Parts: sequence; structure tokens; C-alpha cells
Amino acid sequence: MKYNISENKGYLLLQGGNIYDPYIDLASVGDILIKDGFIERISKYIAPDKEYKVIDCKNKIVTNGFIDLHVHFREPGFELKETLESGSRSAFYGGYTRVCTMPNTNPVVDTPELVQLLIKKSESLPIYIYPIGAITKNQSGQELSEIGSMVKSGAVAISDDGIPVSNSQMMRFALEYAKKFNIPVINHAEDNYLVNEGLMHEGNNSLKLGLPGNPGIAESSMVFRDISIAEYVGGRLHIPHVSSYKSVEVIKQFKDRNVDVTAEVTPHHLCLTDDVLLDYNTDAKVAPPIRSNKDRRALIEAVKSGLINCIATDHAPHAIEDKETDMFNSCCGMIGLESAFGLVNKCLSKEQMSIESIIDLFSLNPSKIIGIEPIHIKENNQAEINIVDPKILWDFEIDHIQSKSKNTPILGMKLEGQVIATLNKGYIALKK
Amino acid sequence: METKHLLGLDSTSLNDITTIIDTGFLFRDILERPIKRVPTLTGKNIVNLFFENSTRTKISFELAEKRLSADITNFSSSTSSVKKGESLKDTIQNIHSMKMDCVVIRHPIPGSSKQLTNYVDSVVINAGDGTHEHPTQALLDMMSIKEKFGKIAGIKVGIVGDILHSRVALSNIYGLVKLGAEVKVCGPSHLIQRNIEDLGVSVTYDVDELIEWADVLNVLRIQNERMGLGIIPSIREYREFFGITQSRLENHKKEIVIMHPGPMNRGVEIDSQVADGDQAIILNQVLNGVAVRMSVLYLLLGDINLEV
Repeated sequence: MKYNISENKGYLLLQGGNIYDPYIDLASVGDILIKDGFIERISKYIAPDKEYKVIDCKNKIVTNGFIDLHVHFREPGFELKETLESGSRSAFYGGYTRVCTMPNTNPVVDTPELVQLLIKKSESLPIYIYPIGAITKNQSGQELSEIGSMVKSGAVAISDDGIPVSNSQMMRFALEYAKKFNIPVINHAEDNYLVNEGLMHEGNNSLKLGLPGNPGIAESSMVFRDISIAEYVGGRLHIPHVSSYKSVEVIKQFKDRNVDVTAEVTPHHLCLTDDVLLDYNTDAKVAPPIRSNKDRRALIEAVKSGLINCIATDHAPHAIEDKETDMFNSCCGMIGLESAFGLVNKCLSKEQMSIESIIDLFSLNPSKIIGIEPIHIKENNQAEINIVDPKILWDFEIDHIQSKSKNTPILGMKLEGQVIATLNKGYIALKK
Repeated sequence: METKHLLGLDSTSLNDITTIIDTGFLFRDILERPIKRVPTLTGKNIVNLFFENSTRTKISFELAEKRLSADITNFSSSTSSVKKGESLKDTIQNIHSMKMDCVVIRHPIPGSSKQLTNYVDSVVINAGDGTHEHPTQALLDMMSIKEKFGKIAGIKVGIVGDILHSRVALSNIYGLVKLGAEVKVCGPSHLIQRNIEDLGVSVTYDVDELIEWADVLNVLRIQNERMGLGIIPSIREYREFFGITQSRLENHKKEIVIMHPGPMNRGVEIDSQVADGDQAIILNQVLNGVAVRMSVLYLLLGDINLEV
């Protein structure tokens, strides 16, 4: 498969697609003519001209770019694993035009200067990057970061990423203080004492493999704490990468009382089970761990019912040597941007979800959480557009990975549905 | 043999397990001879990679290798340097480039021997991988049961101790269940996996119930490291509720065979009188350990046409 990103010059005609832009209630079949990266016309039919490049969009969805609330682009500090440039390519390939980067870089993104640096460095990239600032200085859990100044500089949320805010009073301070800036607080919900150095989900497979297990209650007990605090202080909590059925129960309990809380799930928690670790596959070692089929079923039901709002990849690149080691020493995390849509669509299209509602999990729903919208599909607007083939079956192979890192257990799996072209900021990424 | 490596008894077939144990008895006979060395593995290179402290298992493997006339190399590295991030892959590839036919590995991390098969093409024998498996220990335990009872199927085997952290227990469970023994585990309830019944065993927290039920007791060592974590309240409390004491056995007035993988904490999990008593087969286990390891090495490395 060939893939390249080029400047979107001249005329491009998107012919006969199902145009879907939920931000402006647009759902119709038609043609879109793009000139030099801007939408010139949208119409039922636009006659092709010999100077137009034509993309046949019949039976495909022409929709907005995707938004990922949770990626790791590793810059500054860990450029061996990923850079803003390589991460952006990876995102663009997967259909993402806007991503939120986690602050666990070196140095940690805990000042407005670092937020500005990331935004400045990403200006020339084909996607928009929104930094998430650290809740506490150096993710230490000890002192609040300059949250207000970071937000003023462009941060869209705060999180200490993989390090849970263990001190409950600090979590309360963060949720209360962040209210003024109208951003969500994202806390990695795991009680480290209950995690107890668990290397995978505690269940039949951890028993079989002799690996210390990390139980679902390590997550759900902290989810309960976090929503309780958020409810009490009226703060905005967003729960990242929900993994256990117990957490879904807790979220439901609060949402039934109309507590305002949002949640995301990763493609791997939604679509895989801990069977994927049976050969001590370190590429499938993630935090929180991939759990049992019971957990997976609960996550699917929660996505269908809206208890879980959106998909976020937690794209976590790691170098070969970070993964080609034993289960204890290997790093947690897997890449996900290139495979996310194909994996999730394969899973959810079997669950009586419409293609539109699946797409909403990648665009409309996450954008509501951080209050950022892609550019609408309207005449005279710059094109920020995905062309989605919902039916195509494809094998996910190493050639599909644009990230600098290749750590994913999805390699070799059959996926269903693909973003075949993405347009953004005057660029086009096209798969052929 | 159906298997190329011995990584665990979960991944070893019933046929292979039976072959290993039966062949073990042949080597046991050789060990009783005045000259205990056979030329079976002459010219084979074996490396013993011990990333974790071991006396008994290491000596047992070395003896088995020497008695089969293999060339051996020993490599030891402490747990701490592994946890510092020393790359398992690098160590192994280095040693492998020295053209080894077989790697015997003990490592503190579960799965390390399985992962090793990704990096080398020599035969891999797991000599204990963290809290996962210790297959040769279970094989020698089963061989000792067979020696005592003439069979394994139908024998009631009780395993008592810290089941959660015990690779000896897990390998014994896999092997014994495959061979048709009945297995009951016993120990402090927080030191038994919550879903262990799924492996085909029963559970009791009452050691007297276990003794009343069992034909054989496999008494696990209580590791001092666990004491330091505050998981076991005290030695005397452990002994009171789970210790295999002389008086406890006397109360039951029944014959019961006592096994222990060693090294023993006398006066903690087992009383000296029990360990040294007539019902104990602990020293047979040690001898069978050499024999069963010879059997494993022979079956995985030997030219099958050679006479034993």
C-alpha cells in the first residue's frame, strides 16, 4: 500500500460520497469540489472537468477529521520513540486532524512556555496539536502546576498522565481550581496499592501465566473516588481509558444521578481480551491492562448506551528495546492511531451501531469534551475532511505504521473499514 | 517427544510427561550403579543461566549434565542486576553466539523462558521463571509419588503453603491434574489465587482437613521475603494454622507421605521430626531430581538411537 502526504494543490473532486457533518446537521449524497485545499462547491452533482483530480466516494462517507483526546508524541525528551512530526504523520494516516498530547515528556509539560513550544512546533504539521498540561509540577502529585497560564497558552485539559493523583486532597484541589478555566481534569484511575505490581489483568490468564494480576477494582475504586470528588465540588472530570466492567458500573451509578462526567475507551480495551497476552506478548502490556471478555462486553455496552463518550487511542510509542524484554521490565503502552478506526469499526459494526454513530465516537463526541470543533464541511472553508470506506477489509501490517515505533499486538490482524484519504491544513494523505 | 523445549507442564503433553517420568526411572537405576556416568550427551554444550539464586536446582542440573557427559558452562547473575534493566535478550544472544545446544534458565520474571525461545534456536529448559512454573521440580515430585505408590492417577495430593507465589505449586497442579491425581491446595486465603479452582483443584484453608484427606502432602517453603512484606503475621501464627507439626500428624493417626521441595524452614512450615521421619520422602526427591533432569536432557537433546 502506498501512502503519501502532499500539498493539496489544484482542483480535487470528491464524487458521490455520503457527506456527513454532524456539527451542522449535514447528511446527504453529493459532490464536493476542493480548490487549493479549500471547499469551493458542495452540490448534488458537479460536472467533472479534465483539470480535476477525481476521488470516487461512492458508498464512502465524507466526514470531518477525527479528534484523539489521548496521544503520546514523546517530544521533547524521547524522540527515539516518536516526534511531533512522526506522531502527526501517524495520526494523519489514521484520519486524525486534531490530537491532544499527554504531558509525560522530558521535561514534563507543566508550564505555559512548554505548552507554547509544542503549539509553535506543530504549526507546520498537517494536524492540529492541543497540549494537555500536567496537573501537578513534574507529575509529582505534590504541587499544582500553573494550570491557568497553561490554559491561556492553549492547553485544553490537565492530566498527570500515567501517574494517578494518589493524594485525594490534591485531586480535590485540581478539580476545584480547574473549574475557573473550564477544562476537564483527566486522572489515570488506578489505586497503585491494589495494582500491586500487577503486570496484566487479574483473572484466569494471569493465573495460568503465573503473572501478578492487576484487578479491575484497582481502577473502579479510584473512578469512584474521582467522580465523588468531582460531584462534590462541581468539577469536570474526564476518565481516560476505562478498562473494567466495575468502572462502568460506577460511572452508570453517578450518571443515573445526572453527574457530569465523561469517559473514553481505547480501541484495544474495547476490541481485545487478555488472551492476547498468552504468549507473554509484551506489545500487549498496557496500563490499565487489557481485561477479560466480560469487561470488554461491558465496555461495548457502555459505548452503545453513551456511558462512555468516545474512543481515544492512548497511542504510546516505545522503542524496540523497551518491549523486547521480559514482562516486568517492558514499558506499558501500544501505538494505535493507524489501526484505531479499522479495529473499532470492525468491532462495533457487529453491534448494531450505525456508521454515523461510530464516526461520532471519533469526532463529534471527543470534540464536545474539550470544546474544539473541526472546520465544518461548508463552502469557502478549508477542507478538514476524511473519506471513510466502512466496508473494506484489510490486514494491518508494518507498512501501515507511520509512527517511529511499531509496538502493537494488532499487527497481522484483519481490520474492517479504513480512512482512505484525509485532507487538512492544505495537505492531503491518500492511500492507494 | 512432542515438545522441543521444556517451558512448563501447562505446555507439555500428557504423553511427554509420562515419557519423562518413566525414563527418569531408567536414569535412577544408573545413579545406583558404581559408575554413574554415561556418554549420552558427549559433545553437547549446555549453559546454565541462573539469574536468581539457587543452590539445589543448580547443583541438580549440573550433576545431571555431568553424568550425561555434556560440556557445561555456568552463568549467574543476581536478581538485582536483572531488575536494573540488564537486557535479557543481550545476555542470551551473547551466550547463544557461543553455539550452545541447550539453555537451562532460571529467571525471576514469569514467561522469561518462553520469551527466550524467540531469541535463540537452542533447546530451552525452564529451571524456574518467577511465580510461573518450575517444571523439573514438579516432574521429580511426581516421579517420587509414582515411586512410592506405583501410580499417580487417583492419588490425593495436598499442597500447603504460599500457593500464590509458588511456581512449584503451579507446575505440580498442571502435571498432577493431567496425570489424573486429585489435588487440594491449602494455605492462608490471601496467598491462594482467587480463581484457582479453574485449574481443576479444590481449596481448603484448614490444614487438618487437608491432612485427613490427603495421601501425600507437598509442603512448600515459606519464603522469608514474604515475611518482610507483612503478608504473614508471624512465624508462630503461620505454624499454628498451617505448619505440618509432629503433634498435628499424630492427631490424625493415619499414614501420610511428606514431601518438600526444599530448602526447608524447620520449625516453620515443617517440624524436624516430620522432615526426618519415616513418612518423609524428601531425600528421595533430591535423588529423583537428578534422575528426572537427566531424563529431560536426554529426551530433548539426546540421539534417541543411543542406548541409555
